[in-house]
Amino acid sequence: MATSMESPITFTNVGKARWWQSGIFASQTGYVLLALVALFLVMNFASPYFLTEGNMQNVAKNFSFIAIATLGVTFVIITGGIDLSVGSMMCFSAMITSMVMTGLSTPGMPGASWFVHLAADGKTVVANVPGLILLISVLAGLGVALIVGLVNGFCIAVLGLSPFVTTLGMLSIVRGLCYVVSNGRGSFPGGPDADSFYALTSGNVFGMPAPFIYLVILAVAMAVVLHHTSFGRHVFALGGNEKAAQLTGISVVRVKMEVYVIGALAAGLQGIIISGWLGSAPANMATSYELNVIAAAVIGGANLAGGVGGPLGAIVGCVLLEVIRNGLVLAQVNSYWQQTLVGVIIILAVLVDRIRSRMA
Amino acid sequence: MVTSHASGQPVLELTGVGKEFGAIRALHGVDMQVFPGEVVGLMGDNGAGKSTLVKIIAGNFRQSHGEIRFDGNAVQFARPIDARAVGIEVVYQDLALADNLTAAANVFLGRELKRKFGPFAFLDHNAMAARALELFGELRSETRPHDLVKQMSGGQRQAVAIARTRLSNAKLVMMDEPTAAISVRQVEQVLGLIHRLKEQGVAVMLISHRMPDVFAVCDRVIVMRRGEKRADKAISDTSPEEVTSLITGAKEAA
Repeated sequence: MATSMESPITFTNVGKARWWQSGIFASQTGYVLLALVALFLVMNFASPYFLTEGNMQNVAKNFSFIAIATLGVTFVIITGGIDLSVGSMMCFSAMITSMVMTGLSTPGMPGASWFVHLAADGKTVVANVPGLILLISVLAGLGVALIVGLVNGFCIAVLGLSPFVTTLGMLSIVRGLCYVVSNGRGSFPGGPDADSFYALTSGNVFGMPAPFIYLVILAVAMAVVLHHTSFGRHVFALGGNEKAAQLTGISVVRVKMEVYVIGALAAGLQGIIISGWLGSAPANMATSYELNVIAAAVIGGANLAGGVGGPLGAIVGCVLLEVIRNGLVLAQVNSYWQQTLVGVIIILAVLVDRIRSRMA
Repeated sequence: MVTSHASGQPVLELTGVGKEFGAIRALHGVDMQVFPGEVVGLMGDNGAGKSTLVKIIAGNFRQSHGEIRFDGNAVQFARPIDARAVGIEVVYQDLALADNLTAAANVFLGRELKRKFGPFAFLDHNAMAARALELFGELRSETRPHDLVKQMSGGQRQAVAIARTRLSNAKLVMMDEPTAAISVRQVEQVLGLIHRLKEQGVAVMLISHRMPDVFAVCDRVIVMRRGEKRADKAISDTSPEEVTSLITGAKEAA
């Protein structure tokens, strides 16, 4: 770091870390990014189709479908916690969103008269204010995510339950609720705002998939929050030494509640986006996605022991998983190998980091 | 009683402080004074009441009896943060540092410097690094503000923990076993740091088991035994042998 100030200290015994020994170059994220670049090169030679615009768009779209949730979970992981309920949360938010959207768009349903009326032909449903139903239904989906996040945070931060057990319970509770509210059937986004819903979730903007754009915006916001606000500083401090954080007067309870809320909101938003792409929110949607999300975060360098992680790592982890899946398909390898390979990569990434920190 | 400081006003004054936990009397009738720029060693065996006393002063517990005056005013702390607000800082034995953060980040943890941009407040990294460097300079510790704490030596970690107390301009710094788990060379550094604090008029209470350290830096030693103060002597008037016999109870009081 170049500092222009007059140094009041002379460093005779303490050397300065070289640029390649600090920051991203010395992190697991850096190594995995390097591996990812190598993988791109190999794939480019292995398959002429890999680097085409169509395939890249496909890859961008597919990894964006888990990356937003991964950003949220990364917050939780940095504090040394874990959130296993993200898969269920995706489904529940998606389901609530499409049910509210459909409900408000059906004349005769309670409250629907405020939002829609029938056109002169007696069949076509017309929105009173275009976009309002969309807004309210998305807010409803995020609202249930907020509640689930608050409950997670309350149990973990205030009651002191273990994050693993709490969110494992929540995984089951929320998945159960998905089946209860839908009676086991899926729900579909419908009504006059459904088209704009599809456009916003699975459309293209400037040739790029919309979810990818959301991801980039959220990742930049996350980087700023983590490294340039005191909240971000406290998130890292909590993961590094929770007792120290407490002793310096940081409100540990509040920061913990906030990260679980962020985790749940990110998962909820992710679920809503996925349902736009699927065109429905089935009750078994995103089952076991929590494993992909956590795997991506860990591959990207988030440390489950807490204190390390970031948006770049989360995205790199997601891209790596998707490129491998995509590559295996292009290479016409039996796609059932994918899961096995993902497991190998999780262990390899952590192993390389361990070897590196032993050598340093 | 110490006479050399009798003219000045004590920064900390305890009168008849006692503490009961249920039926257990942990502390009884402790009177003591600490003056600005004075280093007081607090010694005693395990269970002698040292840590209870420190925790009362730091606001972790409330005393059952007696009065605490700080800077001339009677004080009553409900939480540690209240004690910190008036200028009492504790450097904990395990230092309470976040290993994954830089030295500057640790110094400013919980009281970050910020710059406002509209409704948002962002960390002012440069100001924090500059102030941290200044503090390390005052402490004459070769510590870089941007280095991660996990890569630091024990002495540097102490410097970071002590720099944190300097940030708030604490008037009393209590150090819990600062030399317990570090190397000989680093002990020298830490004792040097205590001297720096003393030079700046800060009162230091050193809680330690290590007789040589207490005799190297302290002006005065207070010996606790079975919850009572058994001795309060200037270092020049006592000897390690006498303190040892006071701690063990071979000598009742002095």
